[in-house]
Amino acid sequence: MTPDTIDQIFVTAKHWLLGYTPSALQPIVSAILSVVPILVVFPLLFAITTVLERKGLGRIQNRYGPNRVGPYGFSQPIADGIKSLTKEDVIPRSADQVVHFLAPLLLVLAAFLGYAILPIGRNMVITNLNAGLLYFFAIGSMVELAVFMAGWSSRSKYSLLGAMRAVAQMISYEIPLVLASVVIIMATGSLSTVSIVEQQAHYTYSLPHWFVFTPWGFAGFLLFMIAATAESNRSPFDLPEGESEIIAGYYIEYSGFKFALFFLGEYLGMFATSGLAITLFLGGWSAPFSFLTWVPSYLWFFLKLLVLICVFIWIRGTLPRLRQDQLMNLAWKFMLPMTLINIFTAALWHFMPAGIIRWLACAALLVIPCIALSRGLKQGKKLQVRTYRFAE
Amino acid sequence: MLGEGILKGLAETARNFFGSYVSKDRLTTIQFPEERAPRIEASRNFPFLVYDGTDPMAGLRCVSCLICEKECPPKCIFIEKSTDKKPDAVGKPQFYPSKFNIDVSVCMSCQICVEVCPFDAIKMDNAFELSATDRFDALLFNKQQLAKPNEYYHEIHPTEAAEVDAALAAARAKVAPKPPPPPPPAPPTTEAAAQ
Repeated sequence: MTPDTIDQIFVTAKHWLLGYTPSALQPIVSAILSVVPILVVFPLLFAITTVLERKGLGRIQNRYGPNRVGPYGFSQPIADGIKSLTKEDVIPRSADQVVHFLAPLLLVLAAFLGYAILPIGRNMVITNLNAGLLYFFAIGSMVELAVFMAGWSSRSKYSLLGAMRAVAQMISYEIPLVLASVVIIMATGSLSTVSIVEQQAHYTYSLPHWFVFTPWGFAGFLLFMIAATAESNRSPFDLPEGESEIIAGYYIEYSGFKFALFFLGEYLGMFATSGLAITLFLGGWSAPFSFLTWVPSYLWFFLKLLVLICVFIWIRGTLPRLRQDQLMNLAWKFMLPMTLINIFTAALWHFMPAGIIRWLACAALLVIPCIALSRGLKQGKKLQVRTYRFAE
Repeated sequence: MLGEGILKGLAETARNFFGSYVSKDRLTTIQFPEERAPRIEASRNFPFLVYDGTDPMAGLRCVSCLICEKECPPKCIFIEKSTDKKPDAVGKPQFYPSKFNIDVSVCMSCQICVEVCPFDAIKMDNAFELSATDRFDALLFNKQQLAKPNEYYHEIHPTEAAEVDAALAAARAKVAPKPPPPPPPAPPTTEAAAQ
């Protein structure tokens, strides 16, 4: 077994299985064989992530976290799943029954559809769309619809408030998300995720050509990750579900398995955008050093995904929730100008001759506006003693 | 610059994360069923009946005066007074409770029964693992379940129990040396009750 056969083991297995199916059924069987692993692996990853998150947050707060079910508490998601399956499914009497039922399904569906274009390994992608990136962002905006359906159909003021917040936030952060990935389209000249990864899987002096190792790529990666955090409603951008203010936001009226579906959809969305960030900036399935290319490509993808998940958990354990005006200020007064400057920097990088001057010029072009904008965000804040009219 | 505070915060949480694996003093959690915190002397949960000597039923200090039953705010104590008298721990004939039930599902742990008891017969326990599968009969504690020795009282509330024992001994010493005077101004039963 050469490293290459292990790398391609799933691809060859699929082709081997397809060889036994009649040619009329081959398209549908091929689709099922590609989709089912995604439907199995990523929910499993969700289960692992919930434990990791609870344990990680616990350790950050100097607690143990779940450690009762199974070895080191790692069977906790099974217990959680059984619990949510056996719970009563409460639907409010005044809710719009059909929309209330469809909202969690649509959320999970939208989250799953994004995986269609993620290259998990070499030759391992469901469809190599030549407008893959466009497709991903188009599908990603379906999440907003699902969230608003949930908030509106529940007929509860907290749900509606949460849904309004979620929609405002997601629309605001979708713009920096898309603009941050535009630099990759400029650099590669392609919307296809497969060719984007392939252009990064080259090495000089055993170091890869990942876009994150360029000034505009690094800035784009950070901006993309901030926008992705906001898109997936993760802390510190978890205003739509702010437990202390509007209890759980748009899914307050959901119970039992539908509630679990919302969590599943949220985490799947987080994995999908993290996967896209890996594809765009971190070289997808390519190894970080040329001498490590013998490790199967899909392992690299999942390793990078796990690292990003851990960063998400770390961020969640660190930062408090933003206020709505801070959220909007960050989106429109910092993220949007920075992404536009980043696009300009990427263009400059393309036209300047390679060398240290190019590096310094592009880095300066990004760092100086960043400092200026953050100064600008800080200014104009009239801090004063807050007066209360009713509470004393 | 934007992000400086975020980095500081991330460093702090990372220190907590790794520190919790290295030093055990960071983790203040007590893993309950396996480890237990030492019992706090001043803690209290539900009342129990104190008995002297070895026989729980014969040594009960309770003389079924019914004061606790009357004073109990949620009315969780049910006492049935005996018709006959039996000798108590010091040998004096006394009434005794033929039935003494406390419904711990009703009890609110206010300690009023303890404060009103003239005989130091009822005290607060700090056992808290009292869960039962039946919420009616299993939580209605009878005389046999409630009776606990004075040594147990010493074990859970040492200071308080020593004070109670000293007061009881003093009262008995005051009563014992003067059997000769035929008609005492106050009968010994009331004197004992006054303490």
